[in-house]
Amino acid sequence: MAIRKNKSEGIFNFINAIIMILMIIICIYPLLYVTFASLSEPSKLMQHTGPLLSPLGFTLKGYELVLQNRDIATGYANTIFYVVVGTAVNLIMTSLGAYVLSRKNAYWVNKMMLFIAFTMFFGGGTIPYFLIIKGLGGINHRWTQIIPGAISTWNLIVMRTSFATIPVSLEESAKLDGASDFTILFKIILPLSTPVLAVMALFYGVGHWNSWFGAMLFLRHRSMYPLQLILREILISNSTQSTMVQSGINEGQTDIYALLVQYSTIIVATVQILLIYPFLQKYFVKGVMVGAIKE
Amino acid sequence: MAFCLFLLYKFNAEAYRERGKYMRAGHGRFTSYIGMLAVDFKRNQAIYLMAVPVLAYYILFHYAPMYGAIIAFKDFSPGKGIIGSPWVGFKHFVDFFNNYYFWTILRNTLLINIYGLLWGFPAPIIFALLLNELRNNSFKRTVQTVTYLPHFISIIVICGLIRNFTGTDGLINDIISSFGGERSNLLTRPEMFRTVYISSGIWQGIGWGSIIYLAALSCIDPALYEAAKIDGAGRWKQMLNITIPGIAPTIITLLILRMGRMLSLGFEKIILLYNPLTYDTADVISSFVYRRGIIDASFSFASAVGLFNSVINCCLIIAANKLSRRFSDTYLW
Repeated sequence: MAIRKNKSEGIFNFINAIIMILMIIICIYPLLYVTFASLSEPSKLMQHTGPLLSPLGFTLKGYELVLQNRDIATGYANTIFYVVVGTAVNLIMTSLGAYVLSRKNAYWVNKMMLFIAFTMFFGGGTIPYFLIIKGLGGINHRWTQIIPGAISTWNLIVMRTSFATIPVSLEESAKLDGASDFTILFKIILPLSTPVLAVMALFYGVGHWNSWFGAMLFLRHRSMYPLQLILREILISNSTQSTMVQSGINEGQTDIYALLVQYSTIIVATVQILLIYPFLQKYFVKGVMVGAIKE
Repeated sequence: MAFCLFLLYKFNAEAYRERGKYMRAGHGRFTSYIGMLAVDFKRNQAIYLMAVPVLAYYILFHYAPMYGAIIAFKDFSPGKGIIGSPWVGFKHFVDFFNNYYFWTILRNTLLINIYGLLWGFPAPIIFALLLNELRNNSFKRTVQTVTYLPHFISIIVICGLIRNFTGTDGLINDIISSFGGERSNLLTRPEMFRTVYISSGIWQGIGWGSIIYLAALSCIDPALYEAAKIDGAGRWKQMLNITIPGIAPTIITLLILRMGRMLSLGFEKIILLYNPLTYDTADVISSFVYRRGIIDASFSFASAVGLFNSVINCCLIIAANKLSRRFSDTYLW
C-alpha cells in the first residue's frame, strides 16, 4: 500500500515537473524567438518556417536601422521624462492622500474615504474624461501624461493600510515634542515606509513606461510622443517606412527589412524590463502581498 | 482590487468604532454639532490642508467627468460646452438600443467575458495549486520568475507579438501547417478572435494572477496537512479537503470582483487587435465608445453608451456581492 502511494506520487511529481517546464518554455519562447529573429539574415528568415533555436546567420542591421530612427530616440527620451516626473508626482500625491486617510481621528476623513472609494465603482466614462481634460486646455501638453493619473485609488488604499500599521506611539511622542503633521509625515512615516514607497514607485513607473492611450488621446505633436506610441506605429500600423527612409534603404529592399525592424524594435523596447526585472521581482511580488495580506 | 474592497470594508467598521471611542472619550460634551466641527477643524488643520490637493485631483479628474456624463442627455457641441448644450432626454439611449450594432456589441462583450471567465479564471488557480506541489524550491522560484515576466511587457509589444505570430507566415501558422492544417491570418478570421484574445490574456496573466493564490496557500496551517497525513489522506485528498477549502474565500472574492467587471472590458488590447473584418466578434462596448466618441466625434452618443455601461457595471458588482452574501459567508460589504 505504502509503496503504491509512493509510486503514484512519483508519477505525479514527474508530470507536474514536465508541466512546469512546458510553462517556462511557453512563457519565455516567444521572446527568445523574437531575439533570434532580430539577429537573423532577413533573406534566410523569410524562407524559414517553424521555430528558431538560434539566429539564422548573424546581422545587426535591424538594430542599426532602429537606432538610427530619430522617432525612437525622442520617444525614449519622452518616456523617461514621463516615467521620472510622473512617478515623483504619483508618490507625493499618494503619500499625502494615504497620510490623510490614515488619520482616523479627524472627523471628515471617513467621508473623504467614501468620496474616494466611490470612484472605484462608478466613473463618467472615456468621453467626458476626454472632454474635461480638453476643456482644461490639455491638448498637446505634457502634463496630460502626468497629472490626470496622479493617484491610483488602489495604490492609495494599499499605502494607507501600510501607514496605519506604524505604531501610534511614535507619532504621539513626536507630537508631544511639538511636531506638526507635515513633520510626522516626512520625518517619521515616510522614512519608515521605504519598502512600500519602493513598491509603489515600481508599479507607477511600469505603468508610465507602458502607457500609450492617454498620449494618443491628448498629444498631436510627434516630438512629445512616448516610446509606446512610436512602437504602435511600427508594430501595429506596420509603418516601418519612416525607419527605412531615414536610413537610406531604397524602395526595393524595404519589404525584406520590414520584419527585421519590427523584431529589433520589440527587443529595443523590452530589453530594459527583461534585464532589470529579475532583480526587482521580489519587490513586485511584495507589492501584491502588501495589498493582499494585511487586513 | 480584490482586497482593497476587503480593506475598505474593514476600514469603515474600524472607523465607526474609532468614532464611538472619540465621542465617549469626553468629546461628547460638545452638545452642538458645529462646536464639534470647529474643534475638529482646529485640531486637524494640517491634515485638511494636505487633503486639499488630493481632493482637488479627485474632483477634477473623477467627479468632473462624472458630471460631464450629463452630455449623454444633451446634444453636445464643442462650441456650446457641457452646460450650454441643449437637453434631449433619452434620445441617445433610444438611438443606441435601436442601433444595428447594439445586440452585436452586447453579445460580444458578454461572450468575451464569459469565455474569459471560464478559461481565464481557473487557470491561475490550477497553476498555483501545481506550483504549490513542487518540492524543489529553487525550481519553484525559477518557474515563478519566468511566468511573472509577461505581465510586465507592454500591451503594444504583446499585440505586436500576437500580430506577428498569428500572421500567415507566423509561428502559430507554421505549427498549424505542420499538423496538416491550412495557413490563414488568424486576426482576419472573426471566429478566431476570441480564442486569440483569451489565450494571449492567459499567457500574459497566468503567472501574475497566481501570486494572490500562492499567498493564500501559504496561510494554510501546516498542522492540518500533518493531521490529514496521519489519517491516511493522500495528496489528492489533501488538496480536495484542505487546500481548496483553504483558498475558497480568496477564490470567491476574486470571482465576485471579476463578475462585477463583466462589462468593463479593457479596450486597449481590442482596439490594437481588431479590424473591420473582425468587428462581428471583436467589437465590444468600450471599443464602440472609443470609435464613435473619439474617432467619429459623436460625443453625446458615445457618452450615453459609456454611461449605460457604467450603470450596468455598478449593478453587476452589487448583484454579485448580494449573491455571494446569500450563498457563502464571503462578501465585500
